[in-house]
Amino acid sequence: MSEDSIISLQNVNKWFGDFHVLKDVDLEVKKKERIVVCGPSGSGKSTMIRCINRLEEHQEGTIIVDGIELTGNLKNIDSVRKEVGMVFQQFNLFPHLTVKENITLAPIWVKKMPKAEAEELAMQQLEIVKIPEQADKYPGQLSGGQQQRVAIARSLAMKPNIMLFDEPTSALDPEMIKEVLDVMIDLAEGGMTMIVVTHEMGFAKTVADRMVFMDEGRIVEQAVPDKFFNNPDSDRTKLFLSQILNH
Amino acid sequence: MNEIIESRKPPVATTGILGWLRANLFSNWVNSIISLFVLYILIQFIPWILNWTIFAADFKYNFKGEEIIDRTMCSRVLDPENGGACWAIIYVRFYQFMYGFYPREEVWRVNLSYIMLAVAVVPLLFDGFPFRKHFLKFTYAFPIIAFFLLNGGLGLQEVSTNKWGGLLVTLVLGCTGIALAFPLGIILALGRRSNLPVISMMCTLFIEFIRGVPLITLLFFGMVMLPLFLPEGINMDGLARVLVAVTLFQSAYMAEVIRGGLQAIPQGQYEAARSIGLSYWQMNMKIVLPQAIRISIPSIVNTSIGLFKDTTLVIIVGLLDLLGIGRGALADTTWLGLAYEVYFFVALVFFIFTFAMSRYSLYLEKKLKTGINMGAD
Repeated sequence: MSEDSIISLQNVNKWFGDFHVLKDVDLEVKKKERIVVCGPSGSGKSTMIRCINRLEEHQEGTIIVDGIELTGNLKNIDSVRKEVGMVFQQFNLFPHLTVKENITLAPIWVKKMPKAEAEELAMQQLEIVKIPEQADKYPGQLSGGQQQRVAIARSLAMKPNIMLFDEPTSALDPEMIKEVLDVMIDLAEGGMTMIVVTHEMGFAKTVADRMVFMDEGRIVEQAVPDKFFNNPDSDRTKLFLSQILNH
Repeated sequence: MNEIIESRKPPVATTGILGWLRANLFSNWVNSIISLFVLYILIQFIPWILNWTIFAADFKYNFKGEEIIDRTMCSRVLDPENGGACWAIIYVRFYQFMYGFYPREEVWRVNLSYIMLAVAVVPLLFDGFPFRKHFLKFTYAFPIIAFFLLNGGLGLQEVSTNKWGGLLVTLVLGCTGIALAFPLGIILALGRRSNLPVISMMCTLFIEFIRGVPLITLLFFGMVMLPLFLPEGINMDGLARVLVAVTLFQSAYMAEVIRGGLQAIPQGQYEAARSIGLSYWQMNMKIVLPQAIRISIPSIVNTSIGLFKDTTLVIIVGLLDLLGIGRGALADTTWLGLAYEVYFFVALVFFIFTFAMSRYSLYLEKKLKTGINMGAD
């Protein structure tokens, strides 16, 4: 693992039953680096980032996040989850809690923050995602784009060093994609370490420091966006790009 | 083309009483015939029932104005043609129906417990209740207070549970069974879904065993076999033994009901809870259970109503609940033959409690629906 890596995956393998989803995956992410992961569906990209906060368990290899190795040790897993925020395709807001309660829950219960302080923090996060006026509504009363921004605010409230995005705009209507991407661009410009699984290639070109292309459980190619889009090494990458860019 | 069209009122016949009648009772000819038939039945029976239960009924005095002290003085015995129900049997034995054989000079303790039960339960059920937080402290303390109040101790004269009876026993069994089974059921349901095979297997075994056995068997088990498991010299009270059986029975059912609710919670909720760092218990207490219980409310109330009615089975092991007292009253030669009155009264009391539970569950469902729309997708 190189000196300045904040996330390091070495030779990671994972199986779902007999199905080999991750094959010898190696990935180093530096602090403040923005990585965009793309690839066809079933290529293991979601599984890979879900291994980083241990929503999935890997069976071989090492994953080190912020100096902590992910093993069966529950304490390590808890400390990693405090460092790593995650945004899901389906938002996964808690429908029985208001927007504000969704955001204050973890600060209050995990960080033992006083309620008043947590609510102030929640309002700051809602300012960042530009929907402070929705604080007292329930998730079901918001549009998809607004829900996803609340989900981002909920993760940010734990002050993570790393944010993982698992296809954050795939479940959104086209009109709402931009409002979520704008928030993510702000976040990237603020120096957050990010790994984003997405098919939004415009976003990738704007913010990514590095592109990672996966296929059939392997990392096929890693390159800076300029090279990745204009002159990729692998034929598989070329084929993939031609399919998603020319429609 | 771009004129704004003003909203108009709907056609008259679709609203108001006429509109309602037309939509609900006379929408087509089959519907109309059924409506008329039901109406005919109601017209035939409602006056008769009202007459029998109220207008022609004896309460304390018969139609001659004499105070009724045995069955021969009932109007319906003296005049079978015109006499209605003879509620005097209930009136005379009302004390027994409410308290069993609890000593009269101590009965204030039962009454006080009933009042305290209301004070403990109402704030628990309605979350808009003023000063709810303070009342809830009382709710938690209530079982202990009620135990000493009813049972004696701490300076109060002891009243052994074989003197308890009637509604008192029914309520003690029903309330304790429901109140204890709820947390136990939650733990069993979580246990059954646990990732640890030992815990999951033990919970599954327990649930399946209890559910596979009739309540009566469990009651006999409590009465006969439970003392064998206790260390020598410790004699467990009869009512307590039955309570153990009832609670175990109810907790197994409650566990399955809550497990049903848990299964309806999408995996994403667990993942989101874990990704923000919540522990297993925090995740369950704050995210999963509140939603699962909300979904299960109708079934929770359903099994609770079931248990409340099933408490009548304790008559088999010799406890006299409300129905037991009723059967005792019927066996008394002075009141022989007044079965209608006794069963009607017992049924009415049960109905009042179960109907209240059922309405409360509807109220809860309605209240919880507002603001909850399980995600936009």
